Amino acid sequence: MSDQEQQPTDAPEPRGAGLEQPEIEHRPRWRETLSVLMSNRLAAVGLVVLVVMVVTAILGHRLAPYALDAQDLTRRFDPPSADHWFGTDDLGQDVFSRVVIGARSSLLVAGVSVGISMVVGTLLGLLAGYRGGWMDSTLMRTMDVLFAFPVVLLAIALVAVFGPSLRNTMLAIAVVFTPIFARVVRGSVLSVREQLYVRAVRSLGAGDLRIVLRHVLPNVAAPVLVQTSLSLAFAILTEAALSYVGVGVQPPTPAWGSMLSDAQRYMAQGWWLSVFPGLAIFVTVMSFNLLGDGLRDALDPQQRSIIEARGAGAKDGDA
Amino acid sequence: MMSEAPVLSVRDLEVSFATKRGVARVVRGVSYEVAAGETLAIVGESGSGKSVSTLALTKLIPIPPGRVTGQALLGDDDLVPLSERQLLEYRGTRVGYVFQDPMTSLNPVHTIGRQLTEHTRYHLGLSESQARERAVELLEQVGIPAAESRLDDHPHQFSGGMRQRVVIAIGLACDPDVLIADEATTALDVTTQAQILDLVRRLQRERGMAVVWITHDLGVVAGIADRVLVMYAGEVVEQAGVDTLFDLPRHPYTVGLLESLPVLGDLERRDLTAIPGLPPPPTHLPEGCAFHPRCAFRHDERCATERPPLTEVAPGHSIRSFYAVPEEAARAASTAARLPEPGSDRTTDPEGRDDARSGRT
Repeated sequence: MSDQEQQPTDAPEPRGAGLEQPEIEHRPRWRETLSVLMSNRLAAVGLVVLVVMVVTAILGHRLAPYALDAQDLTRRFDPPSADHWFGTDDLGQDVFSRVVIGARSSLLVAGVSVGISMVVGTLLGLLAGYRGGWMDSTLMRTMDVLFAFPVVLLAIALVAVFGPSLRNTMLAIAVVFTPIFARVVRGSVLSVREQLYVRAVRSLGAGDLRIVLRHVLPNVAAPVLVQTSLSLAFAILTEAALSYVGVGVQPPTPAWGSMLSDAQRYMAQGWWLSVFPGLAIFVTVMSFNLLGDGLRDALDPQQRSIIEARGAGAKDGDA
Repeated sequence: MMSEAPVLSVRDLEVSFATKRGVARVVRGVSYEVAAGETLAIVGESGSGKSVSTLALTKLIPIPPGRVTGQALLGDDDLVPLSERQLLEYRGTRVGYVFQDPMTSLNPVHTIGRQLTEHTRYHLGLSESQARERAVELLEQVGIPAAESRLDDHPHQFSGGMRQRVVIAIGLACDPDVLIADEATTALDVTTQAQILDLVRRLQRERGMAVVWITHDLGVVAGIADRVLVMYAGEVVEQAGVDTLFDLPRHPYTVGLLESLPVLGDLERRDLTAIPGLPPPPTHLPEGCAFHPRCAFRHDERCATERPPLTEVAPGHSIRSFYAVPEEAARAASTAARLPEPGSDRTTDPEGRDDARSGRT
């Protein structure tokens, strides 16, 4: 069964011998990763839910049963029913439609702000960790200053200068999240940098850029990934906090966070006003985390071959 | 002496590090030459400067705080004055390294195929499929069965000995003139060690490559070296052909090293003779001969005040000591050092190697 994985000296039959093309067989890395990922059930669920969320966010208006501005003041605070799955709010608007349409701004804020902070933070962390010395001190102290800045205060400042907009909300969140990535990456780089394999590739003529991109970066990918999934969750919550003080996503654009903060005024009249946007946030955050965990395992070669071996055992005689 | 021009010729190499406790002079005036097809072993205990003296050749030590002076001629090119960028041209293609721990000298996230092709693609400009072909060839040369199917495996799917073979294959990928093996078999068990030594000897013969083998294991030295440098406190204290070194060592330190080895089958010797004391820290080297505080053959004030030069006691055999160990005592130490050699087919080795040795003396 999976014995061949354990015995390095053993000559395993070439995998997929029948499929072998004139060129040496080369299974694309992403497909391998994906198949390992899908064999982890929880990660698969996370991925599917997120795909649904993203499709919802893209289609938004077209999926929603009611238009964004459709108000029915005769039906305020209707509980969930066949007409209004998630009930109606204080203006008689359909909560389900607003949750569906709100997916766009919520996911956009989370995706863009975390995307920016991940890229910038990782680059800064690589630079600080690999270069060390004054570069390290300067960058990391700057990061500390940014990190010490309360996100709400920063957002208010940005909004005061540039005016309230989705873009400024994303920018504020990105700025505050960048130091987290920079720190995580720097810490990992410090340990990876000292590994013998880094010295070994250097001894064989690899320059700094190649060492950093090909050898250090892939080895810090796992913590970055985990941090990303956590940050996406936090970003959605931060957007909620910003919307709550009125500097986040501006009405009439719905977002889960702002819906949640509006709803708390009407807790007594309708529990559904807060429960459904909250549930949307919860499910999304949860999915990000499940996917993040699964991805981390799928990208770790050691974990991967354990999972693959198990998979091969289940399918039996695949090779 | 040597008929061929040396591939690598190191002269008066000095390496020092600026530390908080002062300047650590880690390598002090080391000179040696290695010819194509020849193996030079550098022995010494931890901290004797044996690794640093070879890492410094292509500046693989942090600079600053490190500082390298002297000459390191690779063919006609002196490596010492070169910049980091210029040295990239030499690393891997002219000087290959193999490090101690095969478990950590491969990047865990990449397949070994990717690690094997990386350097040939960058340095030799091979296309991906050419590089893969070459990788298969290399793996076959280092004796990895079913090489082609193993290219897409990750390092953790190999055993320690197999990994060291892969590491050697990577070190050889760009066909270097000199291979520097830094304790390359230390982390392996004896059987695997013997296999790796055989492998390196075979590859050396096939490629006519110069090898510098760094080790603290005199058994390995006996098994692989043509000539030996013994280092102590950053200096070469004795330099000789391998047979001379084991039969008639003349430096008190070398004699002490040989006496401290256990001998298989010698039932009369109950205790191992240790050299008293510890090596000096490189920031606080003693005046005079670096070894004098621990030396059993110390004679007079001169040992404590004057640094002895490296002097020839016989053709091709030099020591850094005012007083050579008397031949009687040296022979006594050497008989005690009749080691069972790992991979002890050395004397029965076919022509290729014997030629290399006869060219020397």
